[in-house]
Amino acid sequence: MSILTIEGLSKSFGGVEAVKNVSFTLNEGEFLALIGPNGAGKSTCFNMINGYLKPDKGKLLLQPQESKSRNLVGKKPRQIWRWGVGRTFQITATFASMTVRENVQMALISHHKKSFNLWARASHLDRDQAEQLLEKVSMLDMAGQACSELAYGDLKRLELAIALAHDPKLLLMDEPTAGMAPSERTALMELVAQIVKDQGLSVLFTEHDMDVVFEHADRILVLNRGELIAQGTAEQIRNDALVQEVYLGGGSVFAKETANEAHHAET
Amino acid sequence: MGFYLAQLLTGLANASSLFLIASGLSIIFGVTRIVNFAHGSFFMIGAYLAYSCVTWFDVGILGFWGSMLFAALCVAVIGGVIEILLLRRLYKSPELFQLVATFGIVLVVQDIALAIWGAEDLLGPRAPGLDRAVRILGEPIPEYDLALIVIGPLVLGLVWLLFHRTHWGILVRAATQDREMVAALGVNQQWLFTSTFMLGSFLAGLGGALQVPRESVSLLMDLSIIGEAFVVVVIGGMGSVTGAFIAAILISVLNSFGILLFPSISLLLPFLVMAVVLIVRPWGLLGKPGSGHGAPEAPQDPLRLLGKRAIWAWALILAALLTLPLADDGFLLVLMVDVLIAILFAASLQFLMGVGGMVSFGHAAYFGLGAYGAALCVKYANISMEFALVAGPVIGALGALFFGWFCVRLSGVYLAMLTLAAAQILWGIAFQWQDVTGGDDGILGLWPSEWASSQSAYFYLTLVLCSIGLMLLRRIAHSPFGYVLRGGRDSALRIEAIGLDLKAHQWMGFALVGGLAGLAGVLFAFSKGSIFPDSLSIPHSVDALIMVLLGGIQSLIGPILGAVSFILLEDWISRLDYWRFIFGTIILLIVVTAPNGLAGLLAPLWHKRRQRSGKGQSQ
Repeated sequence: MSILTIEGLSKSFGGVEAVKNVSFTLNEGEFLALIGPNGAGKSTCFNMINGYLKPDKGKLLLQPQESKSRNLVGKKPRQIWRWGVGRTFQITATFASMTVRENVQMALISHHKKSFNLWARASHLDRDQAEQLLEKVSMLDMAGQACSELAYGDLKRLELAIALAHDPKLLLMDEPTAGMAPSERTALMELVAQIVKDQGLSVLFTEHDMDVVFEHADRILVLNRGELIAQGTAEQIRNDALVQEVYLGGGSVFAKETANEAHHAET
Repeated sequence: MGFYLAQLLTGLANASSLFLIASGLSIIFGVTRIVNFAHGSFFMIGAYLAYSCVTWFDVGILGFWGSMLFAALCVAVIGGVIEILLLRRLYKSPELFQLVATFGIVLVVQDIALAIWGAEDLLGPRAPGLDRAVRILGEPIPEYDLALIVIGPLVLGLVWLLFHRTHWGILVRAATQDREMVAALGVNQQWLFTSTFMLGSFLAGLGGALQVPRESVSLLMDLSIIGEAFVVVVIGGMGSVTGAFIAAILISVLNSFGILLFPSISLLLPFLVMAVVLIVRPWGLLGKPGSGHGAPEAPQDPLRLLGKRAIWAWALILAALLTLPLADDGFLLVLMVDVLIAILFAASLQFLMGVGGMVSFGHAAYFGLGAYGAALCVKYANISMEFALVAGPVIGALGALFFGWFCVRLSGVYLAMLTLAAAQILWGIAFQWQDVTGGDDGILGLWPSEWASSQSAYFYLTLVLCSIGLMLLRRIAHSPFGYVLRGGRDSALRIEAIGLDLKAHQWMGFALVGGLAGLAGVLFAFSKGSIFPDSLSIPHSVDALIMVLLGGIQSLIGPILGAVSFILLEDWISRLDYWRFIFGTIILLIVVTAPNGLAGLLAPLWHKRRQRSGKGQSQ
């Protein structure tokens, strides 16, 4: 049963075709990775799905089990969020002048459509629910802290809590571990994997860290120069000749050790 | 036919001096990101200096043009000194500080010019060799106008060469695009900024000097040109000299023909054109997206609700105010009414800027709309004060809804400029539509109802309404709606990503503060019994900015401190000679020494107390 169906997605900037005729589906409960070298079109794809870019061509269908199918093309990001799609950013976007708890409360206030309320105390609304969400990402002890004081890894976890606030069916994560230390990466991805399993979420994420991808993704899509060149399990992708060529110009790239070295060279 | 050509040539001649001042402003903004209100003052100093030079060394053609250049060079040096002594400390401050600081310079320069040149208008000599008119198609065209028409493009060409053919010019263009990158390449930023500021000042000084043979030199030159210069810069695109040239021609030529159709359009037209251009091209004709922002704002501390003790303290202050009429001092009551009105006005601006992150340079628009709206209703519909107290805020809010719809589509300096334009449009209407608004004579005879006509009754009325307004603002700042605005200030991206329409919230925020500023306006009109166009003017908008800045933009209590100190200070200083000089100097001192305002100065004491009294309030 697929929750997201993408068909013939294309986008050009000036004369450059950033994404060419990309089609894939995301199944219910799946942890799907979108990878590719720099400039492959990952972010463009992502931004079309979450509404920040309008595709030139193609279909984007959101089909959650319990409600009707929705066409996402040309919809605003806020509309897509209302249909049950949560997201985290590559560079975190949070409310620096609020506490950690208030950041989550904001998402809840929006979800409960109380954003035009002029009278209630925002910091009292949905407090328990916000704290439950913070508990999920093990940040309850930081609830009262100013968001501007958080370390980067904590901001990433806070974004996750915000993204879960409206009980999304689909979670879009743009490079969830970018800018984090290797040990933090593993911890964050394990946390995400746990939450996904507990709540039956479907996740689409882009990622540069191959360890993270091979360890956690159920299935992997590989983009190169705007085209989908391969998809499959970690094992299939590791052994895919085309993928190997794209990534390091051939050779046994995806033996674990080499992948590690490549990663260290990158950072 | 000849007549139209003459209009066109007059328009082009006007465009030249407008271009000179606007290009300087644009260059300065492009590199330093400073919105320089004092640019009009440089223009005025240039005119005064040129006047003095020309009348002292009356030595023919060479002496005349030499005087022009000498005056402009002097202004460049003055600009350089101001940059080094003052602005250098403000590059990392928010737009508000820079704007208020440069307005402080305006005040200081006005009084210096008054002291040196006196209050009378000075009529300079005509340019030797260009003092006649030539006939073109039967119409007389002053030779000097033709010279100006040549000078404009000539300066544009020279600036273009400077920017494209010299190492310095390339650095300036690079800094206009990305000054962090230029700094990272090891360029001496201080030197670059100072020299850019001097070039901009030079151009303004030259523009002023060249006006000497055309118009009398007066102390009103600075503020009368600055509004139009801003408009030209915004239409052309901030930082674009060519854009400024095109915009100056567009405005001046439209103006010289517009005057034929509607004689009173000259004050309005530039701002109307600007509004239209900004809607079609939000970054001006030749501007680039993203070049409109000043220094990034630092995150604020999370808001806290008032503790029990603070509520008691406020209740005590309110109680003390309630007993004020018992002291039975008529003077004190009148002053307190002024203070209360100023507090509400400043608080509504602080809400827009501090909570919503939307900088408004034209907040007087809504104050004046409320006041004029109510006054017109009283005058034409003969309604009572009670109805006027409802009508004023409603009109203020409707006006804010109208202008806000355009404003929320922009951000940063462009938004601020559009708010300024809105205020200027309204000021132009109030000033020029004499039949309805009374023009410069204002509207008189606005008296409170019988029950509120005594000083103490009107004081109570003001106290109650302003207190309600303040409590409302504070309540809303803590409400989900206020949090959405604060959130939008922090991260518009995140607001959108949690499913909210930021613009819709900002728009409603505009209406809200417009209504409250309108209320302040009505209260003001009835307290004075009259209303004049200066309640809509730039200086009145700047008053509100100064109050917010004095109090500290980040804190909700700031506008109260700011308005109280502003009104008391103004009341005391405005009785002195050269009060502008004193006031301007005080502003400059505050901007440099207390960048977080009075509330910021007091905050450390407060925090210490809080820490000592335990962690009870950390929730």
